[in-house]
Amino acid sequence: MIPTSHYLFLSLALFTIGVIGVLTRRNVIIILMSIELILNAVNINLVAFSRMLGNVNGQIFAIFVITDAAAEAAVGLGIIIAFFRNRPTVLADEMDILKW
Amino acid sequence: MFDKALFYFFASLAVVSAFLVVTRRNAVHSAIFLITALLATAGIFLQLHAEFLFIVQIILYVGGIMVLFVFVIMLVNLDVAAHQPQFNRQTWVASLTALIVSGQFVAAFYLSRKAGSGRALFGLPQAQATRLDPNTELIGLTLFKNYMLPFEIASILLLVAMIGAVVMAKRRV
Repeated sequence: MIPTSHYLFLSLALFTIGVIGVLTRRNVIIILMSIELILNAVNINLVAFSRMLGNVNGQIFAIFVITDAAAEAAVGLGIIIAFFRNRPTVLADEMDILKW
Repeated sequence: MFDKALFYFFASLAVVSAFLVVTRRNAVHSAIFLITALLATAGIFLQLHAEFLFIVQIILYVGGIMVLFVFVIMLVNLDVAAHQPQFNRQTWVASLTALIVSGQFVAAFYLSRKAGSGRALFGLPQAQATRLDPNTELIGLTLFKNYMLPFEIASILLLVAMIGAVVMAKRRV
């Protein structure tokens, strides 16, 4: 039987790696991937608590988080394609204009 | 024993591949390592006896979202970006933020441990881990009984996201 705290520390590690990715990478596609990592860390927490408390509600919340991740990925990648058509760059710090 | 070995194997696999996702130069390599990290997370769900989420994770994340990512990597020309610096100059801000977040978590964890009675976590009693059997049936019942409205809102969210993605990616609206 693995204590719940081990799951929490695993989730903390994944979350921190995701935060560092979002803050330091320049490629927007990899920034989106780091956001997926962060959402996954949250899911691990929810499922671990659901098991610890013997309550299925945590897993339902994890399903909603996965739904949001799918919606976010679809819209985010659509925005990247639309942006790339107008200005061929994927580096986040070169995306500094709203209209051209 | 087997349970422990499984957990530590999947946990280390997830952390190592997450680290590689953030550090690789080539976006395709990052996508491959993200797939590994998501599969390792699915393994942890299975180890936690959340069988439905295990399947959803594999079908939706690895089968759906990652295919979308790989498609966009193919559509967008990344050759120019691959020859430029991959990290911006916020590295120290990022490390500071990560340090603060982890410090906060560890402090909260140990303070609650000291305040609680022995093995309590955040003041919650260490409940007997019950097997949530049958997992899929329980999730279905709860989802359609107690979470009907959030479920419908999620379906509207997916519809809006679908329309939004089509409008974004279309050449002429």
